[in-house]
Amino acid sequence: MTTIAKKKKAVQMDPTDVVQDLLKKYPTKVARKRAKQIMVNEAEGASTPEMGANVRTIPGIITMRGCTYAGCKGVILGPTRDIVNITHGPIGCGFYSWLTRRNQTHAETDADENFMTYAFSTDMNENDIVFGGEKKLKQAIQEAYDLFHPKAIAVFSTCPVGLIGDDVHAVSKEMKAKLGINIFGFSCEGYKGVSQSAGHHIANNQIFKHVVGTEGEVKVGEFKINLLGEYNIGGDGFEIDRILDACGITVISTFSGNSTYEQFATAHTADLNTVMCHRSINYVAEMMETKYGIPWIKVNFIGAEATAKSLRKIAQYFDSPKLTERVEAVIAQEMPAVKEVMDDVRSRTEGKTAMLFVGGSRAHHYQELFNEIGMRTISAGYEFAHRDDYEGRHVIPEIKIDADSRNIEELEVEPCSENYNPRKTQEELKKLEESGFKFKEYAGMIPDMPNKSLVIDDLNQYEAEKLIEIMKPDIFCAGIKEKYSVQKLGIPLKQLHNYDIGGPYAGFKGAINFFTDIDRMVNSKVWSYMKAPWQENPELSATYAWE
Amino acid sequence: MTLLRHTPLEIKDRKALSINPAKTCQPVGAMYAALGIHGCLPHSHGSQGCCAYHRSALTRHYKEPVSAATSSFTEGSSVFGGQANLLQAINNIFTVYEPDVIAVHTTCLSETIGDDVPQIADKARQDGKIPEGKFVVSASTPSYVGSHVTGFANMVMGTLKGFAEKTGKKNGKVNLIPGFVEPSDMEEIKRLAAAMGVKTILFPDTSGVLNGPLTGEYKMFPDGGTTVDELRSTGDSIGTLALGEWASADGAKYLDSTHKVPCKILDLPIGLKATDRFIDALRLISGRHVTDLITHERGQLVDMISDMHQYFYHKKVALVGDPDQVIALTEFLTSIDMCPVHIVTGTPGKKFEARIKEITKDSPFPVNIKSRGDMFLLHQWIKNDPVDLLIGNTYCKYIARDEDIPLIRHGFPIIDRVGHQYFPTVGYKGGLRLLEKILDALLTRIDRDASEDCFELAY
Repeated sequence: MTTIAKKKKAVQMDPTDVVQDLLKKYPTKVARKRAKQIMVNEAEGASTPEMGANVRTIPGIITMRGCTYAGCKGVILGPTRDIVNITHGPIGCGFYSWLTRRNQTHAETDADENFMTYAFSTDMNENDIVFGGEKKLKQAIQEAYDLFHPKAIAVFSTCPVGLIGDDVHAVSKEMKAKLGINIFGFSCEGYKGVSQSAGHHIANNQIFKHVVGTEGEVKVGEFKINLLGEYNIGGDGFEIDRILDACGITVISTFSGNSTYEQFATAHTADLNTVMCHRSINYVAEMMETKYGIPWIKVNFIGAEATAKSLRKIAQYFDSPKLTERVEAVIAQEMPAVKEVMDDVRSRTEGKTAMLFVGGSRAHHYQELFNEIGMRTISAGYEFAHRDDYEGRHVIPEIKIDADSRNIEELEVEPCSENYNPRKTQEELKKLEESGFKFKEYAGMIPDMPNKSLVIDDLNQYEAEKLIEIMKPDIFCAGIKEKYSVQKLGIPLKQLHNYDIGGPYAGFKGAINFFTDIDRMVNSKVWSYMKAPWQENPELSATYAWE
Repeated sequence: MTLLRHTPLEIKDRKALSINPAKTCQPVGAMYAALGIHGCLPHSHGSQGCCAYHRSALTRHYKEPVSAATSSFTEGSSVFGGQANLLQAINNIFTVYEPDVIAVHTTCLSETIGDDVPQIADKARQDGKIPEGKFVVSASTPSYVGSHVTGFANMVMGTLKGFAEKTGKKNGKVNLIPGFVEPSDMEEIKRLAAAMGVKTILFPDTSGVLNGPLTGEYKMFPDGGTTVDELRSTGDSIGTLALGEWASADGAKYLDSTHKVPCKILDLPIGLKATDRFIDALRLISGRHVTDLITHERGQLVDMISDMHQYFYHKKVALVGDPDQVIALTEFLTSIDMCPVHIVTGTPGKKFEARIKEITKDSPFPVNIKSRGDMFLLHQWIKNDPVDLLIGNTYCKYIARDEDIPLIRHGFPIIDRVGHQYFPTVGYKGGLRLLEKILDALLTRIDRDASEDCFELAY
């Protein structure tokens, strides 16, 4: 293989040929399966074909995906600082999910609880596997209680727990009764579902069942929202909070960046749910609407324009001239600084190309930021999304429930007898909808992608390497596992899980950070250093003369 | 504000709750060992999350690509067994990625349901899923037994079981099992042996695999690693030196008992005395003289100990890590008159506490020792009896910041600094590097804390 960075834009291949190229080395069965998850986007005119998503990973094909435990303990509950999260299992799972997701938190004083720096585990050994681990789990909960007296303890099941039949829910219930604090368990064994997505759903269910609505109003405010699906990676949540605060919007709870137990418990007192990461958290939004009458809308704070649009959408919902005025003032105040950097960076990034393979919303959201500096997304896809994240929520009724989804509990939710309170009357909702306002709407990634771009679900290492070889992007976005294999090819990789320890990338200041980081990466001098002088000019015919 | 604000001074015995572990699980060690086989793709037989976690952990530590595949268990495979998944995986891996070897390790999931990997691998061979000249080796690495070190040891043994042959004709080489050490350490061990003119087979060998160059080319199977031919030949070697009892002894004993390759189990060659023993053992087993170059390097290390002894003398150290590393470090520190006072490993093993007790028996201070310990306990010990220096992996930085103690990163994982990939801590050169790091940490602290009146220029 030759140096890719040096022979840029060699060929413009027909995307259909690219797809064939990706598939040709696979065994027939694998090729047939993968073909359903790879698609050439026909944005103009033709209707969107069905996208294969949320289907099983193929054994032996090197996937980017993680497991249900990772989605539940790592992603959703990881960023909550004052719950003692005990991993019930052998030591590994608790160890690997110890601080590795880069969620930031702001526990103001030493008196504020923050357990995020700790990894708690029952460290199951062979005896526990053979004779059952319930006794040890009880003991571990007791010890955690004695040491820390936390508000709440959560228990996370790892693979062997389900197999040996430990009942984490019964143990949690018993210990809750005994200790008088909230204790609840998650059946988030790694083998459930097909990816971490199942873990998000399980986490949503249990938090909804055991925590949401258990405490009364704490925060007051005129415009009260919940921010769902924002995990405060690299301080994204801090920046969004700063902007919302400047607008006079009160965030009751964030699911779950920089969050606390109390935020979850009082989430039902908000008047609007705003959803950032549709994939990981839409379940909570749906259930809160049914139970408490809180409508939800999709927002996106990745990208300066997207941020402005989301703020305006929130203002429109609350229908207050005062709020609208303040939102416009904030946008007007923040935009010039963003524009300045955007224009400057754009002069060096215009026309460059990007590929994004990450998450369940980031691969969509970040296209917006690339657009703002003139960079085109030529291929993108999610790790663990479902069809609706690609094609839009209108396909949900068509999605067939397979065996892997069927084993994830669907909660039966009914309006709450005490706290159900429709935030808008039918007339108000109708009026908003008639003016083009969309509730419960997510159109997915595909409509926003350029024509003839490639959409690929659950991209694997082999396909990634092929794609880069054929399409030669200027930057590739994925995670830590992909980072160095891509960079060995001379293509910078931006991590969109931990931001390469950069960020925040959300909101206005985040956009500036992202633009400057991408500028640095795609224009780095390092990509020109890969060949030594003697490799560039191998002939041995030099003569030396003093000049 | 403190980061570990809930860690109390008062130490209560915990029977069930592990807090801030000083170990992780077997499969990641097995994956690391398998990466030391040339042309090998490690394979995790379990849920895909295990593989994702291990690849992430190793990638963060090395800043290098770490390829490994997984059986991607679903609930169905967890109930009916993972045979179908593994057979499919083997076929897909040889078709798509074309490695020479697949090294399968198990997980708590596949062990709990009782999957028999060697039997599944046999079936794959019978079904023609393993191409001619390609291999599947395996190790049983249940996460609920031992630690990542145990997993490393098991994969070393599994690989040797899979490959080692005795032809009856000695190859004149010495097998070296380097232990769970860095690629740079493996390189240094090879360099020392080569300097003495000893022919060796080093396994595993992750040098050239996890410290590769950036050239614009991605090699899924880098140039480094122990080759299959070398692995086969280990049964014909004149002897085996196993460095580090926890990580390396099992493999060496296997070669000894099965192929009659005599073995000697040594400590990791970290520091003066352990390196002396290693070089001397290498000399005796190979019958080669120790070259002047090595004696010269030894002298340099002794020289630095002598030059800077006043700064080491009676400085208290807290140490946490893997048993082989911690034992060797404790000996080294003690040998230069530093005083390890709190010593923790998360890896079980009765001998650990006895060894450390023996090494530190003349310490002027009381010494806390714990195997199966965790960093929460270590932190509590430090709170009760403060130290001048902390040595351990990246997670120690939370303790170091809260207690304002200089930290030297050593062990696995180091995910916030670089250097371990490239600069060894084994051998005399490695000893020099360790002393440089220790002095840098201690003297920087003196410089920071000295009053303006007493601020020193020279040390």
